[in-house]
Amino acid sequence: MSDETKKREIFICRSTGCNSSNAGHIQDLLAKRIAENNLNVAIKKTGCHGFCQMGPIMVIQPDNVLYVQVQPKDVDLIVKNHLKDNNVVEKLLYTDPESGAKIKDMNKVNFYMHQKPIVKEHFGKIDPESIDDYLEVGGYESLKKVLSEYSPDDVIEELKISKLRGRGGAGFPTYLKWTFARRSKGQPKYLICNGDEGDPGAFMDRSTLESDPHSVIEGMVIAGYTMGSNQGFIYTRAEYPLAIDRINKAVDSAREKGFLGENILDSGFNFDIELKTGAGAFVCGEETALMASIEGKRGMPRPRPPFPANSGLWGKPTNINNVKTYASIPKIIAKGGKWFADIGTEESGGTIIVALTGNINNSGLVEIPLGTPIRKLIYDIGGGIPEGKKFKAIQVGGPSGGCLPAKFLDTPMDNSNLTKLGAIMGSGGFIVLDDETCMVELAHFFIQFTQTESCGKCAPCRVGTKKMLDLLTKIKSGQAEMEDLDKLENIANFVKKTSLCGLGQTAPNPVLTTLKYFRDEYIAHIKYHACPALQCKDLIQYNIDPEKCIGCTLCAKNCAVDAITGVKKEPHKIDESICIRCGLCYSSCPSNAIYKTTNEYPTEEGGSE
Amino acid sequence: MTEIVGKISDVEIQDLDEILEKHKEGKGNNVTLLQLIQNHYGYLPDYALKYVSSKLKIPLAELYGVATFYAQFSFTEKGKYVVTCCDGTACHVKGAPLLIEYLEDQLKIKSGETTDDKLFTLETVACLGCCAISPVIVINDVYYGNLTLNKVKKILKKVRKKASESTEAKE
Repeated sequence: MSDETKKREIFICRSTGCNSSNAGHIQDLLAKRIAENNLNVAIKKTGCHGFCQMGPIMVIQPDNVLYVQVQPKDVDLIVKNHLKDNNVVEKLLYTDPESGAKIKDMNKVNFYMHQKPIVKEHFGKIDPESIDDYLEVGGYESLKKVLSEYSPDDVIEELKISKLRGRGGAGFPTYLKWTFARRSKGQPKYLICNGDEGDPGAFMDRSTLESDPHSVIEGMVIAGYTMGSNQGFIYTRAEYPLAIDRINKAVDSAREKGFLGENILDSGFNFDIELKTGAGAFVCGEETALMASIEGKRGMPRPRPPFPANSGLWGKPTNINNVKTYASIPKIIAKGGKWFADIGTEESGGTIIVALTGNINNSGLVEIPLGTPIRKLIYDIGGGIPEGKKFKAIQVGGPSGGCLPAKFLDTPMDNSNLTKLGAIMGSGGFIVLDDETCMVELAHFFIQFTQTESCGKCAPCRVGTKKMLDLLTKIKSGQAEMEDLDKLENIANFVKKTSLCGLGQTAPNPVLTTLKYFRDEYIAHIKYHACPALQCKDLIQYNIDPEKCIGCTLCAKNCAVDAITGVKKEPHKIDESICIRCGLCYSSCPSNAIYKTTNEYPTEEGGSE
Repeated sequence: MTEIVGKISDVEIQDLDEILEKHKEGKGNNVTLLQLIQNHYGYLPDYALKYVSSKLKIPLAELYGVATFYAQFSFTEKGKYVVTCCDGTACHVKGAPLLIEYLEDQLKIKSGETTDDKLFTLETVACLGCCAISPVIVINDVYYGNLTLNKVKKILKKVRKKASESTEAKE
């Protein structure tokens, strides 16, 4: 008996992030060594553990030890020290960025200890390609419960109690959406799972589909039963090959076990799922455009009404929800609507999954109760800003969202609070920006994105985003006048009010929020031809500090335009007239001798830099 | 039919007919049809679109309309190594533009182009969803994360070496 209780299991993350850093090879190597040493240790290939930045990641149970940034050469050490001699391998433990301490117990790692995994509950714990694993953790029990005990109205009532709102960004109450689709006349009815995660900076839908695809399928079957639909579609991006592969495997195995197909669990209910892959168009995240894309047309949105619940895919009643919305359903059925509602805020139940990235110590996938303040996310979970730099802003909600400065750090995160501040929750991409990020450049980046992705159907978005981009380019290069700021603001407000779909209506948000909260930076660019964050190429110079330069010639060798001259072992010089400000020398200097400068500009404190 | 399609070999007609056979299950979906053609050729050859258009009686303009709408579709042949640089927000604020500039400079092509020797295609995309390990590039389905300029240099060197070895082997 004692052997059995002691049996170790190693959970290796095999999601896109860790796979990119050799997790597959590490798993093979580990399996080989374990076999060679006749050890009674099992290896499980799992989905995302969330702490993607620290990949490759593995967790050893029952010891509850988390190893980060594991390299193939570390495998022998793990086998010898940990698996054979029961000594934890110190150097592979997570280091707390503040105290510098090595953390042995995974539950005490700051990144994990403040989280509340609901959608993420099984991530990193089950093999996403094994339906047996999902069944073992109670998978498809909610479906059984619904098909045997619940009427469709019961399901809707439970959702109403749960206060679940759509996780795709708009935050519409799910029970209402389902009620509309249920009441809508006409057959066939379709269900769509929107996994077209086009937001740059968001990867929670990918992770959910890669780590726990069956929870999405189970949620969709329950939805089908509730709304009277027999056919669902999962729409995801062609850029997510691993997610596509795992959905296909999950759908096949669910069919084999009778959770999909004809007469599911002998209930007489039929439901099946087909996978559709997008072909690279951000606008297809908008529901009417997404439906056009599934029909094989150009993915252009159309005016609503009619809403999809009445006339959607091929003109039939259709319900569209986000991946995480469907994945929440089995949990709500299993534990009850009240349990879910108690976790979130007054208006919205449950958790939010955040993709925390950018200039932050701990980046990855985080699930926290709705209403958690932004500060907790950044400092307690994210571990603050690296290299002692200062927090400047957080960009919330991708190209449709906004940039919020430090004064809003205590804002509880939910849809209505963020919308009030001019951002949106969006799908939950949170990108932390430090003081080296130029807000004008960032606004330019987002408008360039939305301008490229604008489908061109309506003039405000097609022409407006181009006009905004031109103005931002002018400001960025120091060629704008002060009146251009008013022009920019006017166009932004106009595009927001008059565009046909969500893309255009929200595209100006990055511009409007940076204008509102970082206007000084725009003024510095226009009036003083200065870029305070030292980022806009046309407004900065690169210099070499002769005291620090060791004359290694690396910068001169790297310079694409031969703007750097100097003799070996003597300080080098940059010729301003030739330099194209590509920054290659800056990032290749081993002695940090190269620094950037910009024109003087008045700062808030009245002094100058 | 050759009049409409132009020069097209029997082998290619056979290939395309096979694709159309597979596509029958696709319920007349033009996106899926174009994805099948692109998977086969690596891009959308003009003659293939013309052939499919006349065979299925779908106006050529409709096919081109769909193909030009989506970023996935390409009308030119891609290189042996497709280097995809992510310039999503997280990668962008962590220095992706510098990496892209470096690769453009080294490969002597702009993003979206292919080198004359058909070895490299350089692409920039808006997000690959690997933001926590940004900045990221992908070379033929292999992901490289947490990149710095020095790492990119090394990777490029390795890929170039592999490329020259395989061309030598062929000769």
